[in-house]
Amino acid sequence: MSVYNQPRKRVIQFIILGMVMLIVVRLFFLQVIEKKYSKLADANAVLRKVVYPSRGIIFDRKKRSILSNDAMYDLVVTPIAAKNIDTSYLCQILQIDKEEFKRRIATAIIKNGSRRVSVFASLLPPDMFGRLQESMYMFQPGFDLVQRQIRSYPFSAAANILGYIGEVSPQMLVKPAYSAYNQGDYLGMTGLERAYESVLMGQRGIQYLVKDNLNRPQGSYEKGEFDTAAIAGKNLHLSLDIDLQVLGEHLMRNKIGSIVAIDPQTGGLLAMVSAPTYDPNLLTGSYRARNFSRLFVDTTKPLFNRAIQAGYPPGSSMKPLTALIALDEGVITPSFGFPCHGAYVNCGRPIACTHTTPGHAANLRLAIANSCNAYFVHLYRLEVDAPKWGGVKKGHQKWHDYISSFGLGHRLGVDIPGESGGKAIDTAGMNKLYNGQWNSCSELYVGMGQGQVVATPLQMANAMCIIANRGSYFLPHFVHSIDGDESDPILKKYKEKHTVAHVADTSYRSVIYGMQDVVESGTGRVAQIEGVIVCGKTGTAENNAVVDGKLVKLKNHSVFVAFAPRDNPKIAIAVIVENAGFGATYAAPIASLIMEKYLHDTISVKRKPMMKTLLEYNTLDPIVREKSKLDSLNGATAKMTSDQILKLYFRD
Amino acid sequence: MINRRQIKLTEGIDWPIMGLYFALVFVGLLSIFAAEYREGDNIWNDIIHLNKNYARQLMWLGISGVLATIIWLTDSKFFTATANLLYAGGILLLLLVLGIGKDVKGSHSWLVIGGFQFQPAELTKLCTNLALAKYLSSLETDFTKLRPRLIAAALALVPCGIIILQDETGLALVYFSFFLVMYREGLPGLLLIIAFSGIVLVLSALLVDKNILFIIFSVLTVLVIYFSRREIKRHRSRLAVILGIWAFCSVFVMFIVPMAFTKVLKDYQVRRIEVMLGKENDPKATYNTRQSMIAIGSGGIFGKGYLKGTQTRYDFVPEQSTDFIFCTVGEDFGFLGTLIFVGLYVGLLLRIIFVAERQRSTFSRVYAYGVASIIFFHMAINISMTIGLAPVIGIPLPLVSYGGSSLMTFTMLIFIMLRLDADRQMVLR
Repeated sequence: MSVYNQPRKRVIQFIILGMVMLIVVRLFFLQVIEKKYSKLADANAVLRKVVYPSRGIIFDRKKRSILSNDAMYDLVVTPIAAKNIDTSYLCQILQIDKEEFKRRIATAIIKNGSRRVSVFASLLPPDMFGRLQESMYMFQPGFDLVQRQIRSYPFSAAANILGYIGEVSPQMLVKPAYSAYNQGDYLGMTGLERAYESVLMGQRGIQYLVKDNLNRPQGSYEKGEFDTAAIAGKNLHLSLDIDLQVLGEHLMRNKIGSIVAIDPQTGGLLAMVSAPTYDPNLLTGSYRARNFSRLFVDTTKPLFNRAIQAGYPPGSSMKPLTALIALDEGVITPSFGFPCHGAYVNCGRPIACTHTTPGHAANLRLAIANSCNAYFVHLYRLEVDAPKWGGVKKGHQKWHDYISSFGLGHRLGVDIPGESGGKAIDTAGMNKLYNGQWNSCSELYVGMGQGQVVATPLQMANAMCIIANRGSYFLPHFVHSIDGDESDPILKKYKEKHTVAHVADTSYRSVIYGMQDVVESGTGRVAQIEGVIVCGKTGTAENNAVVDGKLVKLKNHSVFVAFAPRDNPKIAIAVIVENAGFGATYAAPIASLIMEKYLHDTISVKRKPMMKTLLEYNTLDPIVREKSKLDSLNGATAKMTSDQILKLYFRD
Repeated sequence: MINRRQIKLTEGIDWPIMGLYFALVFVGLLSIFAAEYREGDNIWNDIIHLNKNYARQLMWLGISGVLATIIWLTDSKFFTATANLLYAGGILLLLLVLGIGKDVKGSHSWLVIGGFQFQPAELTKLCTNLALAKYLSSLETDFTKLRPRLIAAALALVPCGIIILQDETGLALVYFSFFLVMYREGLPGLLLIIAFSGIVLVLSALLVDKNILFIIFSVLTVLVIYFSRREIKRHRSRLAVILGIWAFCSVFVMFIVPMAFTKVLKDYQVRRIEVMLGKENDPKATYNTRQSMIAIGSGGIFGKGYLKGTQTRYDFVPEQSTDFIFCTVGEDFGFLGTLIFVGLYVGLLLRIIFVAERQRSTFSRVYAYGVASIIFFHMAINISMTIGLAPVIGIPLPLVSYGGSSLMTFTMLIFIMLRLDADRQMVLR
């Protein structure tokens, strides 16, 4: 039979070899001809993981960290492993109900699948974290705690300066400028966090990991040959003095307004308060979203940085500039006097002056000291009507050029975003406003800082720097050095000295003496500091608002600008308290306390009662105050009594 | 004879088959290890505690070695004598599983004994092979007659049917390999042609619209009748045959295949066949085949190197130490590796056929052909499945895939054959 069936053996051998040939041909096609499979395999198996460096830290001028990184914890869940646990106990710790628990698990599964890790509760509050950590063994391995870096603010201050970080939005991601970011990345949204984003963020590293079929990392790819290490963000060293900042924020309690203090010798900002403010720690951590929306809708606009974004009429604080222009144009000499009897009447409608006694504007020094309105509106008229310009239009443009060179009417370029340029009307603007029919009487109020001139507190403080330095200034800025390096190209423009036109030293001297008189014998006597010659100028700025469609005159802004000491000045300051009243009542003492704190490092005990009064002043409009939810948001300092705050400054 | 064995234990052993057996088992162990090992694993600890499949496979190999030794020491007459008994026992075991079996991965074909799972459907291949060899070698059997052919077919199809009831379609298919043995023993070659035509018919029924197929069949029939009109004039019956074939094909394509697909086959089986035919593009349904093809394809000519494969090591390929073990070979060792690997099987199969043909007894020859057929079916279906030539059918790669039942069954199959071959000079019936 075996011999009979020899051909059948051949057939079976043929079937086997035929099938094997088919397999070999297919394998040859798969493994040798077709190249796409190795690419598919790489896409399958290599995970590109971004390694986040720690963000740069921000220090103040005395090297205290005012913005650092803190560790918080997320509770993460791997849904498939989260079984057989005491769900009700976990819910109790997390203060959620069972429904919420189920919803979060479902969300996690939808988002990342049941085998991958998803965030279950992010940024646990410390007490919750503590309790969870104790009983974590009960919920593992389904649940785990994962550390995460967040920003923290040890002084709970300078919120508007430092800014906050936020998740990159889809709208941002489509722009080429944000091509380096991925969905879910955090970046600086405002303040220094945003302006110095490229410095603070450091360089992200990329790690290539081998992954398995469920995208779980299994180890490094090719022993890390293609990985790039993350480089930590650089630290910023600021000119800011956090003590001064905190003092400013205390003094501005229950007030709306702003304080800007600059070191005139460097242009470095010493303090920048925008009131009301908020505790920056509110915008990190567990309740960020809730707090943000509350701050965002609050009637007092705490997220609005008034120091650089709000425009105020400078009021009388403008007068020294008007004087400088007049002196430089040669239309007056320091001995120029104006016979004011309580009003300026040369342009028809009288402009009132607080002083009626004749001789209060007998010369420039007196006029500044007594803040004579008539004197300065007249100076403006002299300036623009000066025969050498040959017409008011040319003259006003010249005036505008002067004002511009003093830093008004345009952005200064401070190193935080959102700065507003204020307003200083030029000839084209005047033509538009008056249809080309105008003269020196039309807007003579600008001479006393009212009307068509609006300045930010930063611009007012910067103008003080120019006077203090007798004609030179540095662009105001916060960052002194980046990781100790002052020569970083980003900082170059802040290290350049700017000289204002050609105003003579003698002109400055007469203005400065006038300002010295303001403090020593004039309207700003409250600003005196023991042993220091303070030069200042009060302002009581008139302002209007449109309420219910009608232009309503509101209570005056209290303004004070100053610098000290007179010779070799160390601090220039501008303080505005909105709708409070006389400059001398609110702004001047606040400025004085800050200057004293900066120059003497303490505040003399004699001033304790004054400080107490300031702390207790409440200039908020009762309606605004009632609507604002800020007290509950403002953190520890808002709930402190004035006595508690005073204890921080005076030992007894 | 007992004395002679004591003098030389390995007398009469077929070394090429032994060598190929160990080569395949060794490659299998390496591949299972590659599929499971992760950097940092404590290998000795895993082996001692049987934590991993490769450790358990090593244990199964030990047990298989013991079984092989026992078989080698057994008189070959024992197998002829007990063949029918073993077959009956096997059938009973299969029925028992149907009653008290355990569900594993959707098939009701496992027995659990002391923590270990055992699949009788594997073992009954051995019983069936023995019983078939016994029946065909019987002096009363005249395999040119219809009745013995039907009995032989029944011997193969009864376990097959029970296994289908256990939802283990893959293993059931393997019993069709016995028809290759029966062909060798005299089943008409026409049956092979008919079987092949049947497969072509089913495939065309799935791929081509049934109405178009009906038109094609009708046109072909008309053409055949036209060109053979003289033949038909001489033999009227030819027309009936042609029309009969036409009618059968049409009914088969238009009614039987669609009905089989909707009523008999399970949803997942239908989907797997559709995936293989390229009709189904759902990523979920094609996942297994695609991942397996990516793994094998990414191996290239020379492979990524042992333990360097990213697909097989990180669970992209499902069932990677059992049904998809070939992927590890393909990815780590590349085209050259798979060529050598397939070569090992071809060597083994051709050697078994050579061994079969040198037997003097029908029993040994039929048995050896049975071994070759089973291994061939397993190997061809398994590898074709991993490279997208066949639908996903869960049957193991002989001697290579992880699994105690499979390894032991194939070891016993081969060693009984080696025992029979060593005793080929003795006249067995």
